[in-house]
Amino acid sequence: MTEEIVDYNPNDFRSDQEVRWCPGCGDHAILAAVTRALAELKIPKEKFAFISGIGCSSRFPYYLSTFGFHSIHGRASAIATGVKVANPDLNVWQITGDGDAMAIGGNHFIHAIRRNIDINIILFNNEIYGLTKGQYSPTSMRGAVTKTSPYGTIEEPFSPGELVIGAKGKFFARTIDSNVQLSTEVYKQAALHDGTSVVEVLQNCVIFNDGVHKQLSDRETREDNTIILINGEPMIFGKNRDKGLKLDGLKLKVVKLGNGISEKDILVHDCEENNPGIHTMLANMRYPGYPVALGVIRCVSAPTYDMAVKGQITKVQKDRKIKNVNDLLRSGSTWESK
Amino acid sequence: MSKSERVIEREEVVIRFSGDSGDGMQLTGTLFSNTSALFGNDLSTFPDYPAEIRAPQGTVGGVSGFQVHVGHSEVYTPGDYADVLVAMNPAAVKANAKFIREGGTIIIDEDNFTEKNIKKAGYENDPVKEDKLDRYNLISAPITTMVKETLKDHGLDPKTVIRTKNMFALGMVYWLFGRDLEYTEKYLKSKFSKRPQIIEANSTVLRAGYHYAETIEAMTPIYKVSPASIEKGLYRTIDGNTATSWGFLAAAEKAGLGLFIGSYPITPATGILEALAARKDLGVKSFQAEDEIAGICSAIGASFAGNLAVTSTSGPGLALKSEAIGLAVMTELPLVIVEVQRGGPSTGLPTKTEQADLLQSLYGRNGECPVVVIAASTPSNCFKYAFEAARIALEHMVPVILLSDGFLANGSEPWRIPSMDSLPEIKPPLVREGDDEFIAYERDPKTLSRKWAIPGTRGREHRIGGLEKTVKGTVSYIPENHEHMVKMRAEKVARVVTKVPHLETYGDYEGDMLLIGWGGTYGHLLTAVRELRKEGKRISLAHFNYINPLPANTAEVFSGFKKLVVAELNAGQFVKYLRMELEDFKFKQINKIQGLPFTCAEIKEQCIKLLEE
Repeated sequence: MTEEIVDYNPNDFRSDQEVRWCPGCGDHAILAAVTRALAELKIPKEKFAFISGIGCSSRFPYYLSTFGFHSIHGRASAIATGVKVANPDLNVWQITGDGDAMAIGGNHFIHAIRRNIDINIILFNNEIYGLTKGQYSPTSMRGAVTKTSPYGTIEEPFSPGELVIGAKGKFFARTIDSNVQLSTEVYKQAALHDGTSVVEVLQNCVIFNDGVHKQLSDRETREDNTIILINGEPMIFGKNRDKGLKLDGLKLKVVKLGNGISEKDILVHDCEENNPGIHTMLANMRYPGYPVALGVIRCVSAPTYDMAVKGQITKVQKDRKIKNVNDLLRSGSTWESK
Repeated sequence: MSKSERVIEREEVVIRFSGDSGDGMQLTGTLFSNTSALFGNDLSTFPDYPAEIRAPQGTVGGVSGFQVHVGHSEVYTPGDYADVLVAMNPAAVKANAKFIREGGTIIIDEDNFTEKNIKKAGYENDPVKEDKLDRYNLISAPITTMVKETLKDHGLDPKTVIRTKNMFALGMVYWLFGRDLEYTEKYLKSKFSKRPQIIEANSTVLRAGYHYAETIEAMTPIYKVSPASIEKGLYRTIDGNTATSWGFLAAAEKAGLGLFIGSYPITPATGILEALAARKDLGVKSFQAEDEIAGICSAIGASFAGNLAVTSTSGPGLALKSEAIGLAVMTELPLVIVEVQRGGPSTGLPTKTEQADLLQSLYGRNGECPVVVIAASTPSNCFKYAFEAARIALEHMVPVILLSDGFLANGSEPWRIPSMDSLPEIKPPLVREGDDEFIAYERDPKTLSRKWAIPGTRGREHRIGGLEKTVKGTVSYIPENHEHMVKMRAEKVARVVTKVPHLETYGDYEGDMLLIGWGGTYGHLLTAVRELRKEGKRISLAHFNYINPLPANTAEVFSGFKKLVVAELNAGQFVKYLRMELEDFKFKQINKIQGLPFTCAEIKEQCIKLLEE
């Protein structure tokens, strides 16, 4: 079957619904980047299905003109799984947040990843519960003072990338809401990857956690505090592109170029390496001390669940004896009463 | 005395196979049932097993039983009391002594009646004395010794040898009932096709048991139960879980849709997921989810994507699914939730039957959240009601809860195989592609169902979700809109009544008493009412398969009787519901909450008492 190639512009993917996120919320930029990515994918619009859970981010499907399903808290991975398995021809996206995906929906999230169902998960990470007005989330830093942790949290946060890779994830990327260009590219990469693609978007909640990613987004500091990973290229970063990453024993180390250290000493990014060691380390890099890794960190090809379901059915049906329900009802031990 | 003189011709006989949960009693019972079905008997079975896969050996808690009732005429229940009990150890006698008919036959493996085992079973003294086994025709056979002797030259390890004991007992029972061994030998050949040694051992022991019984003939009567005269046609035996699964397959084929099942294993519903997972040849997409919630949510996703979507579960699982059922109600997607009830609350009695999830099915959700609730009433009609549940869900765009129970799920009976042509059409309100405006919650004026526009259909992109919406699908907090939508969703369920057949009674439409039941108790209630009518009582039975909505003529039927008595295996849930729905009537109740089916005897006794009140 030849796919219909369609020319869209990003606005074709906007619904007529009034966008109700707070002014200044990072979600607006994410919506802009996603619609740009969708337009550039040139897939017929009716093939897209956007599934979300509950939370500010989960209002997302209402603002798109695709098929959309705003479901219940934490369950979007499971619903998206059903959509994709039922119809593998669809391009299925899950929109979720740090609480939705990793607290109430943690079980579904890790199992969708483990099964490698071909869905694209955009995980908005603002390290706070916004819709319920400011309680800590599973990604809030230890000590974070919130409405439910007035003396600071006493729990260790998840690192989404580490969790994804630990759950046998094959695709993990990170971007930041303010960088629409990078985000657009990353969403496209996620869509093109066969299997579960998780994109963590560092998103700013302007009301309850404003500035949480400030060091990574401010014009003055962002180039020194983040590194955009590009497959096949050395891991060099910094305003003056004078810093790089190298391995020091079993750890990553930030080094300054010059003084005997040249580009060839710097690690070259290989997102297709199956061994998750370096990818985990890259995903876990935190400011301060390390630049936060952006771009596609891991992208390894592996069989997908939905195709395996289809493949198994095709294989079994090849030399089946039971071709319809009438055959089934009459199979095995039967007897005639005369 | 010659053999022919000892033949007892019987209308019906109940046999119970009983032993440790590792003794293979479920298989033994199934093989006997299938052999009897092929012989032409009508039958009904009841497996009764512990929750533990291998409970402590030799204890009453570890006893696994399989009861089968075979008859020359129609059989509706597995029987109250066993005519023949096969007991592989003292615990099996201890657990079943009270279920043996006076004068019945007990076959025991005397090798297992050691002092140690007798103590383990909880007997203080000799079981024969303690349970007065001399009231029965006790056949004490050294089964273990004979099995060892039979297989001594087969070169098998002792464990494998011991494992064939059940075949010896089965051989004895076959002789007792004059059945041939062909079916069982065929079964062994296909089951162990790669292990000829095992086939040989089991067949040899089976025949040894048969000949042993023949040799000790003098000790026992032979039961003769002639074939039943049943409606012409092609038959098979089927259990409730398989019938349920096949009903969904039939519905998917009729509707021209793919079938998706998303479920999490839970006793006693697991058989449905297993049966459908085996049907890749018919294109079933089965998804074993990470939990109950993912089971139903994946099914909701598949329904959104245009499949006939099903999730199967039992009590605790239904509790976990309740929020998602609300989502299906709100998004008005077709979905069937099969609830195979077991004893509760909490983990309760996982392997025992009960009807205590009716109110959970009707009301166990947040908000105003009505769903269609229907209940199967025999193992084989699980097929029909699974089909109907799917038909209603698809044509009315509603979630339907299909109630089964442990008794129906595991019980089996002969089933006259229907032809697919005889089943009604299923026409879901699917929307074709197009450019005219698609209004997500626009309703069919008759059924009030909305249309089903599935992803991939050009021009039909729309958004649904758990938030309250206007007809157009726009999120809305307008008070009047919410009230309107709540009423629409309720009215949509109420209008399913057009698909609900009128309530019929067994017996007359007027009399002294109407016994009212629902779901899996049908066979027992019917048998009791039949017998009471034979005894001259003016009693009829009204058995419900459609719970919400109720049949339109329910009040009319009720008004023909002086007394209304609701019998159910719970503390009184259907009766509560009827009191709310039909407040002009007064109801009496018969309830049992023991994890066991009713016996016909106790129903009769209570009916007589209530008649005399």
